[in-house]
Amino acid sequence: MGGVDPKNGAADSALVVAIRTGDQSAMGSLYDRYSPVVYAVALRVLGDTGAAEDVLQDVFMQLWRNPGAFDSSRGSLGAWLAVITRNRAIDALRKRRPENDIEDVVISVEPDMVGDADRARVGEKVRAALGTMPDPQRKALELAYYEGLTHSEIAAKTGEPLGTIKTRIRAGLLTLRKVFST
Amino acid sequence: MSAHEQFGEDLSLYALGALEGEERTALEKHLESCAGCREELAALRGDMAVLATSVMGPKPPQRARQRLMDAIAKEPRGVTAPAGDTKRAWNLWGALGWIAAAAMLFAVFQTRGENEKLRESVTTLGSLVKQQTSDLENAKRVMETITAPEAQKVVLVAAKSPPQPQGKAFYLREKAGLIFVANNLPPLAPEKVYELWLIPHTGAPIAAGLFKPDAHGSATVVNPPLPPGVEAKTFVVTLEPESGSHEAPRGTAVMAGAGL
Repeated sequence: MGGVDPKNGAADSALVVAIRTGDQSAMGSLYDRYSPVVYAVALRVLGDTGAAEDVLQDVFMQLWRNPGAFDSSRGSLGAWLAVITRNRAIDALRKRRPENDIEDVVISVEPDMVGDADRARVGEKVRAALGTMPDPQRKALELAYYEGLTHSEIAAKTGEPLGTIKTRIRAGLLTLRKVFST
Repeated sequence: MSAHEQFGEDLSLYALGALEGEERTALEKHLESCAGCREELAALRGDMAVLATSVMGPKPPQRARQRLMDAIAKEPRGVTAPAGDTKRAWNLWGALGWIAAAAMLFAVFQTRGENEKLRESVTTLGSLVKQQTSDLENAKRVMETITAPEAQKVVLVAAKSPPQPQGKAFYLREKAGLIFVANNLPPLAPEKVYELWLIPHTGAPIAAGLFKPDAHGSATVVNPPLPPGVEAKTFVVTLEPESGSHEAPRGTAVMAGAGL
């Protein structure tokens, strides 16, 4: 956990260091590298291209304003941006203030899932894993992840007990983790 | 360090922002002191990132890149925008960059205008200070010439007249300023002192300072404490005992002069 891909991680770290010095071209490079995943996640959550663009802009502006928030020793920038994006998009969807400061979002992630080629490969594996999940489990996970529903809202929506919802979400996330340990 | 199993489910919900109420509060408190659970939370966020990779969709439009590059070019590093509390505010975040830029431009122009005014003020103040410094220098030279112990004080009288005690009082009523210079005063007997009095047109004499002449019979009194606005009828110097009250003249008058 927490490894850094030798090909992309180092380059990301160097670009983040460059951003700290106000290097705009470094920002452009990171945008080119990660804007597809940021935009895709924001659009998946919000379902609106204008709103997704706003989140895309906001996430990269957060990085520009506060590059020190990303801890490169803990994981990949791509993974961090993906989680920040998902959280920001949910905040926008639920019309609420951002729940987390970006500094507070610490991530540990398997080293494989960075770089365009890797992401495509990982994406396929993850979709396959989702396909093997029982429907209620995948549904609970997706309601929490893409719609930002709380466990009690999910319970109300599905008519299932709170404890069951908790168990399903936990199991769903651990299933994703196992994608890399098998 | 491993995570506490009993917090596993709550941690998953918390990572997703789906935990609420007392459970959330209790977990946040536990996280403060449990490194194992913090590690597990970071790993769960990693799982969330993994899920993000499964999302497929179109690439962002080209204009989005230009919008970002324009925004970072206009925003100095280290400046943060306030968080919005509604979707509308959220959607305006991009616009906030423009508003901030416009505000900064406005501030720059305003500052430039203020700077111009300040520069004028500084120039005016500079002239004033220069003038006052010059006035002060002149005043100091006048004062030194009159009051310095080493200044030669020469009283010119009619030829062949023996030197007589003389005093000159310069009095500015509105500002209660008084400078008194005396010459040719006879040496004082022990335990005696000269005292200057301001005699107003109405009311009791006002004490205006004790003094003793130097070896040449010269003495000065500079700005003794006086009430302002008193019109002086006469200035008188009396010879007084050194000790005791000096609130009212008791001794003999040595010299006197009426104000013009």
